[in-house]
Amino acid sequence: MPDRASSRAATVAFDHVNKRYGHSGRGGGHRSDELPGAVNDLSFTVPAGKICVLVGPSGCGKTTSLKMVNRLIEPTAGRILIDGVDAADRDVTELRRGIGYVIQQVGLFPHQTIAENVATVPRLLGWPKARQRERADELLALVGLEPTTYAARFPVQLSGGERQRVGVARALAADPPIMLMDEPFGAVDPIARERLQDEFLALQDRLAKTILFVTHDVDEAIKMGDLVAVLQEGGVLAQFGPPTEILASPATPFVARFVGADRGLKRLSLRRVEDLELVPAVTAGVAETATAEHVRALTGSFPWLLLLDERGRPAGWVARADVRVGTILAEAPMAPAEPLLDRSVSLRDALSRLLDADVHAGIVVDREHHVRGLVTVTGIAELLRETAGPDGAELGSLDPLVPLDPLEPLEPLEPLEPPEASG
Amino acid sequence: MSIRWDWVARNLDEVAAATVDHLQLTLVAVAVGFSLSLVLALAVYRWRRLYGPVAGIAGLLYTIPSLALFAVLVPFTGLSFATAEIGLVSYTLLILVRGIVSGLDGVPRDAVEAATGMGYTDRQRLARVELPLAAPVIVTSIRLATVTTIGLVMVTALIGEGGLGQLMLRGFNRGFPTMVYAGVVMSVALAVVLDLLLVGVQRLLTPWSRIRSA
Repeated sequence: MPDRASSRAATVAFDHVNKRYGHSGRGGGHRSDELPGAVNDLSFTVPAGKICVLVGPSGCGKTTSLKMVNRLIEPTAGRILIDGVDAADRDVTELRRGIGYVIQQVGLFPHQTIAENVATVPRLLGWPKARQRERADELLALVGLEPTTYAARFPVQLSGGERQRVGVARALAADPPIMLMDEPFGAVDPIARERLQDEFLALQDRLAKTILFVTHDVDEAIKMGDLVAVLQEGGVLAQFGPPTEILASPATPFVARFVGADRGLKRLSLRRVEDLELVPAVTAGVAETATAEHVRALTGSFPWLLLLDERGRPAGWVARADVRVGTILAEAPMAPAEPLLDRSVSLRDALSRLLDADVHAGIVVDREHHVRGLVTVTGIAELLRETAGPDGAELGSLDPLVPLDPLEPLEPLEPLEPPEASG
Repeated sequence: MSIRWDWVARNLDEVAAATVDHLQLTLVAVAVGFSLSLVLALAVYRWRRLYGPVAGIAGLLYTIPSLALFAVLVPFTGLSFATAEIGLVSYTLLILVRGIVSGLDGVPRDAVEAATGMGYTDRQRLARVELPLAAPVIVTSIRLATVTTIGLVMVTALIGEGGLGQLMLRGFNRGFPTMVYAGVVMSVALAVVLDLLLVGVQRLLTPWSRIRSA
């Protein structure tokens, strides 16, 4: 019955879960818990409605852990509790129908239309045909695929990204409280992946499912996770916590190495310009005549005067040395007023762009391009220092703000979208 | 070389009866062979270790010359429909078991995994995912088995069955080529018609397999 499917999320708790792969006891030379995919005494709890990302190198047991939730793999020892009930005590078929499952290769059924694919679990649950159809349309629209265009198509007629959306729609069809996602965006190109990630996060904001998400990509883990479980070889949980904590204070040298030397930058990708206390800009109109007042205001550590055009928009920077009292400011040599930043830009992008500019300050503007304040390198560094965990200094050389790694170039610049008002 | 059309006209009944006989021998052999093969193939698909023995035995049966096989069977089952069918069925096994197993093996693993993960029971998954996806390969093997069987039915004329084979045999014995030609033409026609019918079945069963990416 459609109404029985609850939209409520569930808590998923791993309780001392072990998985060993043996050699059926005969002549096994390996220590079984060292075989790839093994899981060693895994305990953590994913609260209802949160995304928990399992991340680690290949063979660390992250996929094994995921598959133990819907019992595609049975644990050797320990329990997985879903809302306090041991998954092993539930009927396996009924358990699986209540858990959304998305895999990297999507696994759409090539012989069924997109609508039939999406309605898979409702069909298994015996929903009436009309309701199945209705639900399929509803979900296709939810994942951004126009039902009238896509419902009757076959998987082979879709692009990789579209198939991945159908995979997500299919997993959501019976409104399961839990979703398992195994490298769901791993097989699409980086641009499509980023879009799918963003859309999925927006979807999750509305749906608030409990999601276990497997990836080997640290950046994806940090982006997608409310919580991140870092697993290491042998299936050992190296660290469990929110991404900011994993980045700010890696629990072990393994975690520090795994999250990468650029974890300072990664932390920046989690924060937005709006999280920062903006530095007030010293501004003047282009048509104004320079006064001693202007010069005095520029005595601080940031000796640049921001000129605004007649509509109050940034026009250019003038260095303190070039501000000559009594002359029109517009006549002074000007550096371009760049970069203009929106409040929602990540600090990582902001830093990258302001480092690229002539004057190392990002001009934060609103929709009308009116100046709200400045972002400076010092301001960004301050924020990182404040939010570093108490153990941040424990790992000596792995200081929270690691210098930029010369081998890892900054991401390419993203142009600021022009504001509507400028048209 | 001249065909006696007048004989054909006078003996349409006989030709038709021989054709029906032939068709019956063929259909029963393929149907029984397919049922047996499906059971064997599913067992192999489930328990991979059986593949060696099953393929070995089916292969062995396939290599026995047909005439020799019928000769061996006659002392036990006589000159009968059963004898003919035992031989015919055993020749379909290799083609059909291999066809079904390779069809099932060709089902995308991700589709199977997704089906299991979403809560299909083993039986539901087999009926609604694995067999439908294996259908193109399976039907191809049925076409091959059918055409092969139509040829082998000819040989069963030697144990008193044979449909159109009987017609040919009598034609040879009487030195009357028209009967031989009638047998040849009708058996070829039978093979072509059945094959086309099966192609039709294949297209009906697997409309999705002809859709190419846009």
